[in-house]
Amino acid sequence: MSNAPVDTGRRRFLTAATAVIGGAGAVAVAVPFVKSWNPSAKAKAAGAPVEVNISKLEPGQLIRVEWRGKPVWIVRRTDAVLAELPKIDADLRDPNSLEPQQPSYAQNPERSIKPEYFIAVGICTHLGCSPTYLPDSFGEQVEGVNSGFFCPCHGSKFDMAGRVFQGVPAPLNLVIPPHHYVDDNNVMIGLEQGEA
Amino acid sequence: MKSLIDWIDARIPMTATYNRHVGQYATPKNFNFWYFFGSLALLVLVNQLLTGIWLTMNYVPTAEGAFASIEYIMRDVEYGWLLRYMHSTGASAFFVVIYLHMFRGVIYGSYQKPRELLWLFGMLIFLVLMAEAFMGYLLPWGQMSYWGAQVIISLFGAIPVIGDDLTLWIRGDYVVSGATLNRFFALHVIALPLVLVVLVFLHLIALHEVGSNNPDGVEIKQNKDENGWPVDGIPFHPYYTVKDIVGVAGFLIVFCYVLFFMPEGGGYFLEKPNFEAANPMKTPEHIAPVWYFTPFYAILRAIPDKLGGVIMMGLAIIVLFVLPWLDRCNVKSVRYRSLTHKLNIAQFAVSFIVLGYLGAVPATPELTIAARIFTVTYFGFFLFLWIYSKNEKTKPVPERVTN
Repeated sequence: MSNAPVDTGRRRFLTAATAVIGGAGAVAVAVPFVKSWNPSAKAKAAGAPVEVNISKLEPGQLIRVEWRGKPVWIVRRTDAVLAELPKIDADLRDPNSLEPQQPSYAQNPERSIKPEYFIAVGICTHLGCSPTYLPDSFGEQVEGVNSGFFCPCHGSKFDMAGRVFQGVPAPLNLVIPPHHYVDDNNVMIGLEQGEA
Repeated sequence: MKSLIDWIDARIPMTATYNRHVGQYATPKNFNFWYFFGSLALLVLVNQLLTGIWLTMNYVPTAEGAFASIEYIMRDVEYGWLLRYMHSTGASAFFVVIYLHMFRGVIYGSYQKPRELLWLFGMLIFLVLMAEAFMGYLLPWGQMSYWGAQVIISLFGAIPVIGDDLTLWIRGDYVVSGATLNRFFALHVIALPLVLVVLVFLHLIALHEVGSNNPDGVEIKQNKDENGWPVDGIPFHPYYTVKDIVGVAGFLIVFCYVLFFMPEGGGYFLEKPNFEAANPMKTPEHIAPVWYFTPFYAILRAIPDKLGGVIMMGLAIIVLFVLPWLDRCNVKSVRYRSLTHKLNIAQFAVSFIVLGYLGAVPATPELTIAARIFTVTYFGFFLFLWIYSKNEKTKPVPERVTN
């Protein structure tokens, strides 16, 4: 052992340098542990967005696609249906879509990006049944309203923008999933505009 | 025998440690029934560890197998029903005991100098215990397990900017799923119990360093005889070991009554929807947390804003951490403090219990108003305490403990 005087500055530098390098190593090691909590490739594949071609939809037609295990409806609404929407505001729980059941770009009277196409998760907000689309016979449920959605499980009713009527068990409007139009004919369900 | 002990003592400080922490550990002679709950918490911890380990021997931590494996434990495994009910009843008993233990600390000022760190370790134990209970409740994979977890995890979504990514990271999927169940199982069974045991160890070390407080809030170490033994102290063993055994007997009578005659605790210990397997497509009519979370859940619901509610719920717990610094009075025990302080503690206890009730029942507009009022009085306890404790009119504290 040498008897040279202790160089405290040098010792402090070496201690600090060791701590910094060790700390950086600890952070690097933490990465795999933290990242392993992210959704796995399998979960990501099951939750992947779905691209749908809507060019063949007839006016009034509803098609279902599956996204993350849930049925997503795409309905081509006619002008008559769209004209009906504002007239029934008084009968609805949340006519202006104040509850966060839709992305901000669908928080409008039609609850859609393009008024013609209505896209929603087809699951009743009450207990998760899938409501039935009644394009012509909804008048039996709500007088004077020609078309809408009726849940056969507990009788919840929704209008053609997925807005829930008053006096039914369902508390909230139908959920509008994140989506955007890739081009005039194709819509991407599960992905917002500009999202990778 | 003597030579064996000598052999060991020459290698590890066995006798010295025993004397320091048990045989010659000086405890105030005036403990009352409030002092049962520390040792009872330890007993319940052992119960949870033991029954928990045994439950993992038959439990299947997957979304497909979890619910069925609980039924298997309940019906087919010998004494499986008992082990499982001991664990589920033990969870509720843990919180009963811990809440009473904390309340003891509040009324006798046990958080005050020099016991601040002791109190902080205790609060950390409380925090870990809540995480442990929450994650454990997901494991049976019943309806309330699933939807309770869904609601609580989505609270993190209220955090600006990172919220959505954070909830995704916690769940490991776009919905609560088998991935969530598996990681909660790992945390519930390995990670958090390890942390808990370490914290309990630190809590005890901190306690034995400063010594126990007592119902008079008198420091017994300030009055020692010629041998350095506190005149108001008695050795922990045999005096308090025997006393604690009486507490254990009393506790077990109540615990076993619940265990054998009402293991579901009237729907508060095991909620009814949880006897139905988790179904992501079907939301239960009324989602309520287990009773020990309801006071905080009531605060969450009382705030109309989601982020605000989450913040207030967090604050309701964090404010307890800083209690030693909010109380600026140097008289510890409620016995010698002002009427204001007595009333403040009483209203705090009432607020906590009423919030607990409000968090368990479905919200109505009237009850929401009530929850807001009691949220204010809950936080009011801390604010008032901070204000009046500076110049509080206290009674003289005796030199020695009273009988």
